[in-house]
Amino acid sequence: MIIEIGHYALVLLLATTIVQSLLPLVGTARNDPALMAVAPSAAVAGFLLTAFSFAILTFAYVTSDFSVANVWQNSHSMKPMIYKISGVWGNHEGSMMLWLLILTFFSALVATFGGNLPERLRANVLAVQGWITAAFALFILLTSNPFLRLDPAPGEGQDLNPILQDVGLAIHPPLLYLGYVGFSVCFSFAIAALIDGRIDAAWARWVRPWALMAWSFLTAGIAMGSYWAYYELGWGGWWFWDPVENASFMPWLAGTALLHSALVMEKREALKIWTVLLSILTFSLSLLGTFLVRSGVLTSVHAFATDPTRGVFILTILVVFIGGALSLFALRAPTLKAGGLFAPISREGALVFNNLILTTAAATVLTGTLYPLVLEALTGEKISVGAPFFNLTFGLLMLPLLLAVPFGPLLAWKRGDLLAAGQRLFAAAGVGLFLAAIVQWTHGGGPVLAYFGLAIGFYMLAGAVTDMALRAGVGKVTAGVARRRLFGLPGSAFGTALAHFGVGVIVIGIVAVTAFETEHVVEMKPGASVTAGGYTLTFDGMRQGRGPNYTEESGHFTIARAGVAKGEVWSSKRLYTARRMPTTEAGIRTFGFSQLYVSLGDAMSDGGIVVRVWWKPMILCIWFGALIMMVGGFVSLCDRRLRIGAPQGARKARPAPALGAAE
Amino acid sequence: MTRKQKRLAVIGGGVGFLVAAVLLVMFAFSQSIAYFYVPGDLQKTEVPPGTRIRLGGLVEAGSVERGSGSTVSFVVTDTIGTVPVTYTGILPDLFREGQGVVAEGAFTAGSQVFVADTVLAKHDETYMPKDVADRLEAQGVTLGGKETIR
Repeated sequence: MIIEIGHYALVLLLATTIVQSLLPLVGTARNDPALMAVAPSAAVAGFLLTAFSFAILTFAYVTSDFSVANVWQNSHSMKPMIYKISGVWGNHEGSMMLWLLILTFFSALVATFGGNLPERLRANVLAVQGWITAAFALFILLTSNPFLRLDPAPGEGQDLNPILQDVGLAIHPPLLYLGYVGFSVCFSFAIAALIDGRIDAAWARWVRPWALMAWSFLTAGIAMGSYWAYYELGWGGWWFWDPVENASFMPWLAGTALLHSALVMEKREALKIWTVLLSILTFSLSLLGTFLVRSGVLTSVHAFATDPTRGVFILTILVVFIGGALSLFALRAPTLKAGGLFAPISREGALVFNNLILTTAAATVLTGTLYPLVLEALTGEKISVGAPFFNLTFGLLMLPLLLAVPFGPLLAWKRGDLLAAGQRLFAAAGVGLFLAAIVQWTHGGGPVLAYFGLAIGFYMLAGAVTDMALRAGVGKVTAGVARRRLFGLPGSAFGTALAHFGVGVIVIGIVAVTAFETEHVVEMKPGASVTAGGYTLTFDGMRQGRGPNYTEESGHFTIARAGVAKGEVWSSKRLYTARRMPTTEAGIRTFGFSQLYVSLGDAMSDGGIVVRVWWKPMILCIWFGALIMMVGGFVSLCDRRLRIGAPQGARKARPAPALGAAE
Repeated sequence: MTRKQKRLAVIGGGVGFLVAAVLLVMFAFSQSIAYFYVPGDLQKTEVPPGTRIRLGGLVEAGSVERGSGSTVSFVVTDTIGTVPVTYTGILPDLFREGQGVVAEGAFTAGSQVFVADTVLAKHDETYMPKDVADRLEAQGVTLGGKETIR
């Protein structure tokens, strides 16, 4: 009975959403405040209904109610509680429910915290959110209903795919969706403004916090997913350019561009048309990602959906929303007036440069991801576009951007002085080269290019520090004043510096692990040892073990450096009993930012076992860097000026304060 | 520079960047695309040694031999043709005889042996690599039971 109530709540949601997507529009067309006021209440009601429905599905998982087909397919009574809960979104239907939950959550947020928005804009935004919600609610009800029953109910479930039984999976999809779906708000703002035909600097000021929030979550979500793949798949890689990874990476690139262009629009009222287009494109890429992952068109670890009706349905959603949005854009864009002028060398110019590179990079990733699909659809020829393609194109494209990042914040709005900025960054570049030289001197080896890569990373760190120091006036004023000024800086200034610092940390991690990692594949018998990264691993033997829903064989290794014991590590092969599916549980031991990564292969007939050992220098920098970027995003979000938004009446009369050139 | 010249310079720079990006993409494509073959195809078309391809099919039952250290050799079949493959490294958890596999690598000069540097096996017990399933199905090969094409 309770399951049917959950199902019913979903149907009610659809009805509520239809009201939400129509009445407010009629309201804005007729200028009727009563009809416009329907939007916030409908949005909050929609969220509550979805949350209720989702809670009931979770309840079915927690109580292992195998009369529900979805629970039977993806759960098992012996599964640990946390995976019973995370299993809710570890499958197609549940994952779409999570999508819907987060979508309605954002609508409710706009409804609750959008009090400072003009009534018309808020009504339109929520109506557009309503359309998206209605489309996806319909999708779930018609093609992916998680509440379908089985009769008779089976006694035991089929268990969740073992590689998904992991804490990483409990956290990764919600974070990713908070980012992915969060960009729907920017999309809705763009469409709402296009419907009304009014877009100005204030619009950018309202959109930016949403973009910032979505971006921060997406950054964390992608990093989490990368770390999950790294330790759970046992292949030692942290990024595979898998289409599913690209699906979340493309909105991230476009979203990063959006963050920066919205800044120009907010401060200088320039790049209006472009910013609106980016808002549309970013969420379009989110939708495309959803299509790629959910329709099963890909050959991929993640593609656990294989029903073509779903694919066609999402494709229809995709075409209607992207096509509709772009048509509306084409119709209205010519009426938008271009804003402030600026010289090519200026803060605006730097941000345009950023946008040019990020969108080109997104387009490149899109090409590489879709080309095999398009070619197969057209000619039937099957090809694969591998990591070398993406590494070459993406890597080369990003290089100028990385070099330019520290320049951006140092250039003035309207007309900047490249030479002066260059002089100020002279020290940063020196620090970068000096640190890279020290690394070369102490460690040595590896390709020369790698040291330049490291130098770029260090230079970005120093550049971010330079930015903060200049803002605080270090060297020009006394230390006390500088300290006070530093703490008085707006949150967005700290956010920018942190995010750019994070990029530098990531660069260092990527370069170090790519150039200096070592891999050793050896056949080991108890007592044998292998040396990686200066550490000696000695294989002590195997042990049989048993988990709640699996059996495992674990190898024990002792780690020593120069004869001194440094610890131990277990690496195992598991067999999940319900699905008879083996998995590799890598043994990972962290030393500073570097890691030893041990994964077990096949047992040999003579009692030995194949062991694969990697030394991964500075690899943790990759995820720490992403974490720093995310923190930067949230710090920036705490900026008071973003929270209070633009004062409405005064905004025409008084342009954004020049001092606010913080970002 | 006049304003018009400045604007032209900016637009020219942007377009130049895009053109460079397109050329880069095309170059990268020419370097890194791997075509997919099943053993039957290789009887009809010759793949020059050193050309990177993806070879898909089933691991022939009884063909897996572990050599010294971590080198493994096996035979990939689509019931029409067979190709011997060697691979050094750790095979995926789900690599098993009689089941679907995709090997990435190239033929070596003067030998019929395919040297793989990457081996992908299906991801769970009911999943068959999509490329393999489509191609085998097109050739009318049925794989029997639950292991058939999805």
